[in-house]
Amino acid sequence: MAGHSTYVPKSAFGKWFHERLPIYALVKDTVMDFPTPKNLNYWWTFGGILSLMLVVQIITGIVLVMHYTPHVDYAFNSVEHIMRDVNYGWLMRYMHANGASMFFIAVYIHMFRGMYYGSYKAPREVLWMIGVVIYLIMMATAFMGYVLPWGQMSFWGAKVITNLFSAIPFFGDAVTTWLWGGYSVDNPTLSRFFSLHYLLPFVLAGVVGLHIWALHVPGNGNPTGIEVKSGQDTVAFHPYYTMKDSFAIGVFLLFFAFWLFFQPNYLGHPLNYQLANPLVTPAHIVPEWYYLPFYAILRAIPNKLMGVVAMFGSILILFALPWLDTSRVRSGAYRPMFKWFFWIFAVVCVALGYLGSKPPEGAYVVWARILTAYYFVHFLIILPLLGLLENPKSLPSSISDDVLSKPKLAPAE
Amino acid sequence: MWRKLGAATTYGWTSPKCGVKYAAFQGLATALRSSAGGAKVARGTVTATTDHHGHHHGDVTKRDFLFIATGAVGAVGAALTAWPFIHQMNPDASVRALASIEVDLAPIAEGQEVTIKWRGNPVIIRNRTKAEIEAAKAVKMDELKDPIARSAVAKDGDPATDENRTLKDHEQFLVMMGVCTHLGCVPQGDNPAKEFAVVEGSHKVGGWFCPCHGSHYDTAGRIRKGPAPENLWVPVYAFISNTKIRIG
Repeated sequence: MAGHSTYVPKSAFGKWFHERLPIYALVKDTVMDFPTPKNLNYWWTFGGILSLMLVVQIITGIVLVMHYTPHVDYAFNSVEHIMRDVNYGWLMRYMHANGASMFFIAVYIHMFRGMYYGSYKAPREVLWMIGVVIYLIMMATAFMGYVLPWGQMSFWGAKVITNLFSAIPFFGDAVTTWLWGGYSVDNPTLSRFFSLHYLLPFVLAGVVGLHIWALHVPGNGNPTGIEVKSGQDTVAFHPYYTMKDSFAIGVFLLFFAFWLFFQPNYLGHPLNYQLANPLVTPAHIVPEWYYLPFYAILRAIPNKLMGVVAMFGSILILFALPWLDTSRVRSGAYRPMFKWFFWIFAVVCVALGYLGSKPPEGAYVVWARILTAYYFVHFLIILPLLGLLENPKSLPSSISDDVLSKPKLAPAE
Repeated sequence: MWRKLGAATTYGWTSPKCGVKYAAFQGLATALRSSAGGAKVARGTVTATTDHHGHHHGDVTKRDFLFIATGAVGAVGAALTAWPFIHQMNPDASVRALASIEVDLAPIAEGQEVTIKWRGNPVIIRNRTKAEIEAAKAVKMDELKDPIARSAVAKDGDPATDENRTLKDHEQFLVMMGVCTHLGCVPQGDNPAKEFAVVEGSHKVGGWFCPCHGSHYDTAGRIRKGPAPENLWVPVYAFISNTKIRIG
């Protein structure tokens, strides 16, 4: 994708095949020989981890569909059937359910890495925006997947989230009725969510392809935020980064395994082991943890339409991030003031998540309002001003210089 | 490809009679060509075959017309084809058929309420106490967050008086959708501790509270506090005997 292929087939068959389908050249150029900055740290391994998680979700999902029944009368029991009767069914389901959480942990780290190191800045705006699209598709997919077991949280989560669309002026009710296929969340809703939940991961795979394509045009960013200047600054992706990514994946899988084998229900909600009941709303409903900050923003605003607008706005604002950050310096490592605001923002996001898990009363509401305001202030006021006010540190002359200027580890005796 | 062919067969199509219409068409064709990245080719064609003066519209050809006409028919066809794929998601005949039910109110004592399912949604039917009815009637319209009745048994846009949200001679029965107008949770009522009855003006005699996002409704089911924008909806219903109603 970037530059001309250096691949020359050696065997007669290789030459014959290359002239008909140059796929090996593509793999060699984009995966193996791809010049990658030599200073990438472990925060850069989450792209690989995310690719793996998508594969894990697709494989375990395909297996679960072999045993699951998408009907309001059978769905709940078929999930218990998977848990109790199907050989290794418990493993497949726990892998899929916890896998979703791992997927989101990885994507949040990946996104915050992008924010810290200014990965969204020119010329990588499109790469970043495709990433936001991926995040949105992930959220939609995970939401619909959570509805499928047809427990109490499934049902009421589905009802509350689909009702967000009823806030649309004039067409709101028609849109929600259309989404439900009825006058409430019911069997038609479950069937279509199942269909779309199966479809979207493959859409996701396609968009991930675009994400990687858009990555390969400018090449990777790196912790210094300065561009590659010569071959001195890079190493081949394989074996250097295939090995580094593999090691990171191994560590991440240990983390995954901890949840999977020791706390498989911690990240879920016990109420979802209760069959959906359209007549009784649980006393305190919460979405999955990865939606909590946005849920807090939704509830912070005492007006229905504005709450929904703020919630969607808090995600869509990420599309504008490349233009809201006015700094000429890309990497947060060379921006002394930005660093502070970055960490404050990260803490605000986590705090909003905590507030989203609490009842919408008293001090929780007050704090949710303050932090919601700060969330938008960060993007709309702090980032644009910082770029103008801040005095960044001086940048190294090249990636190579930066690496060589770091204190060396003592050589082994 | 059509651009190249167009260039080869371009002829000065002059039409003084419908010059105005034609100029508009020419503009559209040129715009389409430009947007297709063919502006250079098109202009090159013009200088080769016509001059820029007079009524010659050299860069508009039968092919341009066919191109736009075909595109328009294709777009309309695609839109028409899309409709069945969109409409199939709307409520189907079997869902629409479940539109009416009958409920016997005789077993509901004063101060009791029942929740029944109609079209997949809960309907709250409460036999209100005298205190609850008085509290509801005492509320002035300008104290209400939503002053419209939201009642299918009253006229559209009628004020949200207690009378408009109940049926005459049966004012003790409040029949309304148990669907919070915020995001659709079921508001909780019938709470002996009255802990939800914090609504100003309801004299702490009852009402409903939505556990999801904290909306408070008074004893006539009207929104008084919290994020919900509208009063709880009163569905279409009628008494078919002294103690029986039909909803829907």
